[in-house]
Amino acid sequence: MRASSANLRLAPAEIAETDLIIDGVSKRFNTREGTVTAVDGMSFSIERGEFVSIIGPSGCGKSTIFSILGGLVRSFDGRVTVNGEEISGPHPAIGMVFQEESTFPWRTVIDNVAFPLEVQGVAKAQRYEIARRFIDMVGLAGFEQRYPSELSGGMRQRVAIARTLVFEPKILLMDEPFAALDEQTRLLLGDKVLKIQQDLRQTTLLITHNITEAVQLSDRVIIMTFRPGRVKRIVDIRLPRPRHGDVVSSEAFGRYVAEIWSDLREEASRGMAETEAGARQSKA
Amino acid sequence: MRYLTLLPLFFGLASVAIFLGCVELLLTFGLLNQFVIPFPSAVLGSFGRLFAEEQLFHRLVLTGTEALAASVLVSLFGISIGVLLHRCRVLQLATEPWIAAITAAPIVLAYPLFLVMFGRSAVTIVAMGFFAGLAPVILKTLEGLNGVRKSFINVGHSYKLTPAQLFWKIELPAAVPTIFVGVRLGLVFALINLIGVEFLINFGGLGQLVNDLAERYDLPGVFATIVFVILVSVVIFSALERMERWFRPADRS
Ligand SMILES: Nc1ncnc2c1ncn2[C@@H]1O[C@H](COP(=O)(O)OP(=O)(O)OP(=O)(O)O)[C@@H](O)[C@H]1O
Ligand SMILES: [Mg+2]
Repeated sequence: MRASSANLRLAPAEIAETDLIIDGVSKRFNTREGTVTAVDGMSFSIERGEFVSIIGPSGCGKSTIFSILGGLVRSFDGRVTVNGEEISGPHPAIGMVFQEESTFPWRTVIDNVAFPLEVQGVAKAQRYEIARRFIDMVGLAGFEQRYPSELSGGMRQRVAIARTLVFEPKILLMDEPFAALDEQTRLLLGDKVLKIQQDLRQTTLLITHNITEAVQLSDRVIIMTFRPGRVKRIVDIRLPRPRHGDVVSSEAFGRYVAEIWSDLREEASRGMAETEAGARQSKA
Repeated sequence: MRYLTLLPLFFGLASVAIFLGCVELLLTFGLLNQFVIPFPSAVLGSFGRLFAEEQLFHRLVLTGTEALAASVLVSLFGISIGVLLHRCRVLQLATEPWIAAITAAPIVLAYPLFLVMFGRSAVTIVAMGFFAGLAPVILKTLEGLNGVRKSFINVGHSYKLTPAQLFWKIELPAAVPTIFVGVRLGLVFALINLIGVEFLINFGGLGQLVNDLAERYDLPGVFATIVFVILVSVVIFSALERMERWFRPADRS
């Protein structure tokens, strides 16, 4: 079905399995100015072990679709199927990394990361041991006893990533997890997330507005339109795996980036113009 | 560093000493009426007498016990009612304006009612302190719980927390700093009213002593007791502030 799947380190039987099906999903918000259609009839599916990115201009409905897939939105149109079951709330196989600040300020780094295990009733010694492994992995060894307020924004985001990875979810949803990081950290952390994803064969959906990041990590990139949020185009990224941070300097990489950018530019400029017009209108 | 913390303290104490010195001088030269304002030296000197003859320490323990009882009740009921109102939105909408209005009301004026109900006893005093301190704790508990960041709640939902887990592991700890502000306010209100009622019904600890001494026209004694009450309050509330910082590890940096 997809040429890129040849590059995945998956058994053939697994390739055919589809983990996540989004079928005609729409979401409308009622606001003071009227009804806003954030997402309009989006359909796509993600196969087991696949890494897919959604890219689109600010305000195009990325976080909305993220919340819907995470089961946090109750009223929407269409169907979301996880592992063959239609969801009606958060699915236990799904782990989420949120766009907004979500580390708990009243817990230390290690207690933040161990949180999902604590909730599941894992004994303290054991959950700390597991948590340490993931803290190491996101490069925060030595910061276990710090509180989030004592860390930088990027470090806090890494805590949030470790907290989600710690219970090894089958399906990983991430909403702009690297947005607060500098380019170098972003590449390195992207590398690590990619390695874990490949090791655990996690099905991953990454939401981003960074084209480089999307191309570096993904098997497919879904480009969204601005208002209403729809699937504009899906680009297969046929770069060999395993990929490292240095893939970004290859010629093929550059071509993908340019291709996606030309699609995205239309949407982004339309988005800017509409948002400005809207602001002027509500002022008048 | 140490120098920087000591310097303001030194200036604070020095300015108080200079002020008292000036008052002493003005009284000595008859520029201030010594039948209205006692000599600061006499006020200082009367502390020994207060401890020895007026059982100042015993009274402190008495008022302290009443205050403690009122604080425990205020925290227990205030936080519970706050949580209840947060759970039940209709109830919250119905009662919140009333509770806010009560915060501003001079509850101490209702003391005759309590006197009739509980007699001239410690119960009346504690009850007055309790009712005076309750409203801010309820309001701040509500504010804290309503203000929990949506993303924290979403994290909780994404891990499929039960409602009880969500409350104990996310909502309550997230609200604790705000709740503690309410508790501190509640205790201030309770303490003010406690001592006020002691004074009014001439019963109990420190408040009664002020009343007593005033009736005997022992001006230095009255001033000394008031200074003592102020000092005790300062100590209690700086201790509470310490505790508050302890409850707020987020700001420890
Ligand atoms: N709770 C809400 N009520 C009303 N409108 C909303 C709500 N949430 C989102 N919207 C609207 O839906 C649209 C999509 O929002 P969303 O948060 O999904 O955008 P996004 O693509 O994640 O943007 P960004 O990249 O800036 O995070 C926006 O126009 C926003 O105004
Ligand atoms: Mg978003």
